[in-house]
Amino acid sequence: MAAPQISQDVLLNRASLDLEKEQACFECRDFGLYYGNNQALRGIDMVIPEKRVTAFIGPSGCGKSTLLRCMNRMNDLIDIVRLEGEMLLHGKDINSKLVNVTELRRQVGMVFQKPNPFPKTVYENVAYGLRLQGVNKKRVLDERVEWALKGAALWDEVKNRLQDNALGLSGGQQQRLVIARAIAIEPEVILLDEPASALDPISTLKIEELIIQLKQNYTVVIVTHNMQQAARVSDYTAFLYLGELIEFGATDQLFTNPVQKQTEDYITGRYG
Amino acid sequence: MVYQDIGQHISHQYDEDLESLRSKVLNMGGLVEKQVQNALLALTRADSSLAEDVATSDYRINSMEVAIDEECTQVIARRQPAASDLRLLVTIYKTITDLERIGDEAEKIGRHAVKLAAIERTPTYFSEIKHLGEQVCKMLHECLDALARMDIDSAFAIAQGDRAINDEYDALTRQLITYMMEDPRSIKRSLRVMWCARSLERIGDHAKNICEAVIYTVAGQDIRHTSFDQVKAELSDSNNE
Repeated sequence: MAAPQISQDVLLNRASLDLEKEQACFECRDFGLYYGNNQALRGIDMVIPEKRVTAFIGPSGCGKSTLLRCMNRMNDLIDIVRLEGEMLLHGKDINSKLVNVTELRRQVGMVFQKPNPFPKTVYENVAYGLRLQGVNKKRVLDERVEWALKGAALWDEVKNRLQDNALGLSGGQQQRLVIARAIAIEPEVILLDEPASALDPISTLKIEELIIQLKQNYTVVIVTHNMQQAARVSDYTAFLYLGELIEFGATDQLFTNPVQKQTEDYITGRYG
Repeated sequence: MVYQDIGQHISHQYDEDLESLRSKVLNMGGLVEKQVQNALLALTRADSSLAEDVATSDYRINSMEVAIDEECTQVIARRQPAASDLRLLVTIYKTITDLERIGDEAEKIGRHAVKLAAIERTPTYFSEIKHLGEQVCKMLHECLDALARMDIDSAFAIAQGDRAINDEYDALTRQLITYMMEDPRSIKRSLRVMWCARSLERIGDHAKNICEAVIYTVAGQDIRHTSFDQVKAELSDSNNE
């Protein structure tokens, strides 16, 4: 009996996601970075798709945080940094002299490994960025604070504690507060640098759940040392090693059948 | 496409866990192969004591399946395997299910052999089923060999060989039908032979499944329910990557 035939399309498109069908948010073109004479990133060519979660994985010192920090020019603060190639956001080079860095950072928000709320009330933490933008009407502020806290899945836990000091929240709550602060000003992209590495497993799951919700409205880029986390939350994964992009593809594919041996060695825990 | 053999994990314990699993699967494979060979011998030589032995010793295979299953689950829970390690574990899960079913088929042949030995003293008419059985035993042996060596080329060739077994089974079926039409008194006996042939044909199918699982482990390609030409094209594509 002949085996039933499955169409070639079904066979070849098992991975549900395809980079080529995505809208580009960020695009790196032969991007490189030096700290003094030391080259930390070299020849990175990649497209970060819009409204997807992209994870950067790789061993310590491979350049994943450096690359993430380039996306809202955090490296401007370090004198010895020199860039080469281009980093485009919606087709425009973010390192061009014409770009307003403050505006770029409004568009591209960032959350760090350790939650860093301001020593102010929960409410003021979220309203801070809005006030900087000149929003002062209490009604507007109230609405936006509530919206942002709901967006960060924190509202139910803090709605009766809005005037408490934010430092009194738990680590996981503080991290979600920082994410609420980041989304209050409605960025397009949220960069997360190991957002859950200092949190317990339950808080970590809440952050991961939040990341999956966030991608409906934002492009999310996350750096993580936890490969299972990358596998759980991301649509696409990039593996960096010694400053180079070794492999970039759909997470489904990369964690079950990577193309490069270096990726395979890293994700299976072998000697590189 | 990347396939890494088991060794070289930073955690030696992980290497040992996977190695232990692999050797248990191969042991189980060896036992299953022996059962099938014995079932065939018992059938073709009308050896009722050997047949009885085959029909009653399937529990050893079953308990191996349960033990390996448990060990696989432990590795998944503790190690969260990825990439080729993950594919290896998935393959082990599938392979032991197929091996256990092959064991069941051998048991069935054993039970029929007991009955056939009682009614047929001179089993001369078993020559056709002997041929089919030898083909199936050879396929199973080669399939286990491909599994041990993770040899994708021979796995592909063996999987293709299942067609020949199906053809042989069809031919044998036609022959048995002819016997039954010619001599209705032989119907009972011929039906038993037919069920044995059916079991052998199913063993071929399970061996094919194992070969497909080997290809999945090594190449990361799921080739089930796909034509051989398509598979060939895909595998050569992924080799070129």
